Amino acid sequence: MTATTEVRSAENATLRQRRERRLRFSPGLLTALPVLIFLALAFAAPLLAVFGYSFMPEGTFDFTFPPTLENYLSVFSGSYYISFAKSLGLALVTVVLLMVICWPIAYGMAKLFGRWANLMTLAIIIPLFVSENIRLFGWVLFLIKGGVFLGGLKAWLGFDGESILYDVPAIVLGLVYVYLPFTLFPMVLGISMVSREVTEAAFDMGASRWQVFREVELPLATPGILIGGLLTFILSLGSLAESKILGGQAVIMIADEIETAFTFGQNWPLGSALSVILILFSGTLVLTLLSWVDLDRILGRKK
Amino acid sequence: MADPILRLSQLSKRFGQFEAVKGIDLAIQEGEFFTIVGPSGSGKTTLIRMLAGLEEPSDGEILLRGERINETPANRRPTCMVFQSLALFPHRSVGQNIEFPLKMRGVPPVERMNRALELLRLLRLPEDYYKKQVSQCSGGERQRIALARALAFDPEILFFDEPLSAIDYRLRKTLEKELKDLHRETGKTFVYITHSLEEAMVMSDRIGIMRLGELVQVGAPDEIYSRPANRFVSEFMGEVNVLEVKPNGAGLHCPVLGSTLQGPDGKADFESGYLVIRPEYLRFIAPGETAENTVTGVLYNEYALGSRIQYQVRVGEQVFLVEKLREQRYGGKLDDEVTIGWEARDSVLATE
Repeated sequence: MTATTEVRSAENATLRQRRERRLRFSPGLLTALPVLIFLALAFAAPLLAVFGYSFMPEGTFDFTFPPTLENYLSVFSGSYYISFAKSLGLALVTVVLLMVICWPIAYGMAKLFGRWANLMTLAIIIPLFVSENIRLFGWVLFLIKGGVFLGGLKAWLGFDGESILYDVPAIVLGLVYVYLPFTLFPMVLGISMVSREVTEAAFDMGASRWQVFREVELPLATPGILIGGLLTFILSLGSLAESKILGGQAVIMIADEIETAFTFGQNWPLGSALSVILILFSGTLVLTLLSWVDLDRILGRKK
Repeated sequence: MADPILRLSQLSKRFGQFEAVKGIDLAIQEGEFFTIVGPSGSGKTTLIRMLAGLEEPSDGEILLRGERINETPANRRPTCMVFQSLALFPHRSVGQNIEFPLKMRGVPPVERMNRALELLRLLRLPEDYYKKQVSQCSGGERQRIALARALAFDPEILFFDEPLSAIDYRLRKTLEKELKDLHRETGKTFVYITHSLEEAMVMSDRIGIMRLGELVQVGAPDEIYSRPANRFVSEFMGEVNVLEVKPNGAGLHCPVLGSTLQGPDGKADFESGYLVIRPEYLRFIAPGETAENTVTGVLYNEYALGSRIQYQVRVGEQVFLVEKLREQRYGGKLDDEVTIGWEARDSVLATE
């Protein structure tokens, strides 16, 4: 009896030792270290700096003052909520439009186009090699009065129209154009996870085309749709180029305000406070949505 | 015979140049358990997909109770299919899965639930599975859920596309019998597809054997077992002894053995082909005993097959398989010279 307990405690000791050793020299930790260091320096450090600056007195470039909340107070007492609401609205409209536009394309690419889907992927990806700003200036040339579109119309048909440039529609067009791949590709992935037999089974059991979409395809593709939607939403919320290049100064987005605070306003603490609020808002939204929608359950995976 | 529930006439399906199903004629009776058996690529899945309405025929007709349904889409046909993958909805509970066809038809929730619970009982699944997630169920349970869902549809014909092929051997044997019991209980017409003739034998009233898009033989399991129409069917049945033969007046000349054998009566028009003998019809011939056909060779190996023992006997180039019940085990050693024999009436003549 005592002999067995002794043996067992000895076994426990060696087990413990082995576990400790594994923790200390874990190859996983070692190989992850370079990436961790890089992320700490290039990602976490700037974020921390922004966070720190947001508590410094107005207009300083120094870290040495006692923390203060005055920047946050001036954000909330000012009229920043207007640009924030505009950014939010534009991001929402962009996401909704992209959902509607992307579903048929994504469905085709995942289920119908076969090998043509690769060509389409390429056609959508290749423009990404050109800088976003240059592509947006391309749109300006296309849309401007007397430009490719309106100038062409006038020359061919004698039709003289007004340009949509430098107003909300042009900004939405720019956002939809720039962020289409971010909605589309996760959606393609989501739809391709819906097995053909499952949709056929629903159809075979009397479901109409619409019922198959609502009961089977849409819920099963939700993870892809959700991730694409979130990505697009966050990116649009922080977008700047579309409103500047295509919108003129018609709409001041929140990213505009941040940029102005940092550059023209020479007020880093104010810009930092605005950034922190934007980051907190986006972060909370992502985390709530992802925890609220149980991806495992949607995918029918065991937990 | 009564009017068939399903009649196929000259049913064909082409994919480009490739003809997957070639002019099939078949009548399936009401309440029948009909199984179509064939190796992969024989066109059996294409055939059943046409019957279910998931594939449109290129030619020919599908008649359901005498009415042409070629162009009727799957969601308007009173038939339902159990898929190979089962195609359960992973995002829905067991109950919601079973209720799906009823929901599509607009049946009120309470009625739906009662029917689902009824079906759970019929398929011997506990009632509290109603709320369970499909992903938490075992393979056999999922099988039953898929069946319950198909039965909730209340189809006139139930189609099965190899639903048991991915299940391990022992569970498959149980489910085969359960399926046949369910067929009795519901009295519905079952049309089943499989690549395993063994599986078909257990369950079916009639079997159709498919090869390269054509039906080679249709008949009751016994008929197919004892009178295979050709060499393909006989070999598909499992391990059999096949000897190439040609009539020569005195009997059947077998070039491999270099001797003349006695074949079964009938088949006067037989010109050339194969003599098929099932391993269990072969026996070891002790000195002093005789049989209508005998050959002498070497006992090369023996295999235990549960209740039976199989022996490999080599006669020159030709390999014979002999099967005995365990109790009637042959006493000799490997490499012994043995004589084996069979009666002419136990063999079957088959064409290519």
